[in-house]
Amino acid sequence: MSQSDAEIVQFDNVGLRYGTDKEILADVSFTLYPGCFYFLTGASGAGKTSLLKLLYLAQRPSRGLIRLFGTDAITLPRERLPGFRRRIGVVFQDFRLVPHLSAFDNVALPLRVAGVSEKDIARPVGEMLEWVGLGDRQHARPATLSGGEQQRVAIARAVIARPDMLVADEPTGNVDPEMALKLLRLFESLNRLGTTVVVATHDVHLIRKVPESLIMRLDKGRLSDPTGALRYPPRRPAMDTAMAAAVPPPRL
Amino acid sequence: MGFLTSLLQSWRTGPSAKGDPRLLPEAQLSGPMPWVIAIMISLTVVAAASGLALRNAARTASADLEGGVTVQIVTAAPAERLRQAGAVMATLAKAPEVAEVRQVAQEDLNTLVEPWLGTRPGDDVEALPIPALIDVRLKGPATADRIAHLRALVVPVATSARVDAQAGWLTPVFAAIGTLQWLAGGLIALLALATIAAVLLASRNALGNHRETIEIVHMLGGTDRQIARVVQRSMAFDAAAGGLAGLLLGVITIALLSRQFAGLGSGMVGGAVLHWQDWIVIAAIPLAGVALAVLTARVTVLAALRRML
Repeated sequence: MSQSDAEIVQFDNVGLRYGTDKEILADVSFTLYPGCFYFLTGASGAGKTSLLKLLYLAQRPSRGLIRLFGTDAITLPRERLPGFRRRIGVVFQDFRLVPHLSAFDNVALPLRVAGVSEKDIARPVGEMLEWVGLGDRQHARPATLSGGEQQRVAIARAVIARPDMLVADEPTGNVDPEMALKLLRLFESLNRLGTTVVVATHDVHLIRKVPESLIMRLDKGRLSDPTGALRYPPRRPAMDTAMAAAVPPPRL
Repeated sequence: MGFLTSLLQSWRTGPSAKGDPRLLPEAQLSGPMPWVIAIMISLTVVAAASGLALRNAARTASADLEGGVTVQIVTAAPAERLRQAGAVMATLAKAPEVAEVRQVAQEDLNTLVEPWLGTRPGDDVEALPIPALIDVRLKGPATADRIAHLRALVVPVATSARVDAQAGWLTPVFAAIGTLQWLAGGLIALLALATIAAVLLASRNALGNHRETIEIVHMLGGTDRQIARVVQRSMAFDAAAGGLAGLLLGVITIALLSRQFAGLGSGMVGGAVLHWQDWIVIAAIPLAGVALAVLTARVTVLAALRRML
């Protein structure tokens, strides 16, 4: 397996600016490998959310090269974007739940847009909501949920289809420490199944809970990589299918 | 989470969703659209019915007059008029292209001129030089060649004879009916354009109202076609409801107009009826309206979504 086949994301001298403003991201270069757990840290305004937007294809860069799942994402035709987006689970910082849908329907949304039949949706969605502690709030609309509950619905929605890559922007910002740890364990379980996880967070305690994770630090739009760890494959190999099948479901 | 592994395979390889209506709140897409479409469809139904009835009236009149020829003996001398009329009757009876020939009775002529000349006691109507009229039915249409041939037969035996095709009298009327039919067609085209404009605005409005939800659906891997199908479905329901109401309103209007025109008792208006084929065309108008609305919504939504990432 060549290096380009193994990598899931490759950024090469990527820059991003809105309009004629100065660059929010400048000369960002890194490589993400399958099955790794990454934390993205940095002060507010450092460009974490902008970088994540590039990762989940909500934004095109102003310059540089981005390869996603071995494909050039810059020249990717618009009609191929949905197929790539279905491989990426996103937890938005502001949750972005669909207001007219219940918690159940919000979590089921990725499956429905992917064409999964209704009979195959009810059980996994119900179980996922149970796991995030919202089994009794399935029919509640987002407006009637607390911030923490909305965040858990957003996380359940992001992981329900077991994406190849999970991108989470401050996913534990509105939940108590106990729930934050539970959600982190969910991410770790997904990671053990082979999903690449990228979590943007300020929470140092959270980062310490995953000692094998790799840390990406953004400072004023530039990625600091003093050891070069983000340019070379990590020591921990990506999990193969047989190992993934052996990993038990997460216990929250 | 083992169930997710098998699930993953099924949805990655399975067909895309057929536009789940739960992606966007459909109720908020409706608004005044059904009423706008109902008005458009009812006007279209009335315009189409008018055009079809006019066409039928023209066809009926044309068929009645197609083989009709009138021979007038225009001479002031009653005896000479009688002689020439008799000669013409005898000549035309032997002509091979003539199916029927009949002289209009004097009593009938008197009745025809009565509204203008009156029949008060003492009036000597017969003293007036009213032409003798001979009604001729040909075996085929009264073409210019046939009229010329009849004229060639008649004039040697009746120098005062004038031969005219009956359809010729109504040529200006047929031209006016043709113009009215074009007018009805133009009106239908304008109504179709107005419907397209209304649907276009409603679709753009729906997209504007639900932009955030659409962005979320996009981020979750939803396709433009899925989103377009949701708007299309909503528009189809609106158009179907509006179309049905419009058809009902249009048919009621046609029925009322029919009663009004039937009261006129004019021969030509009597031909302005709608046949079963015409009713099929009228019944198809709401269906065409639904198709037009759905197509417009689809094109509008897809064009707008192409501008989003």
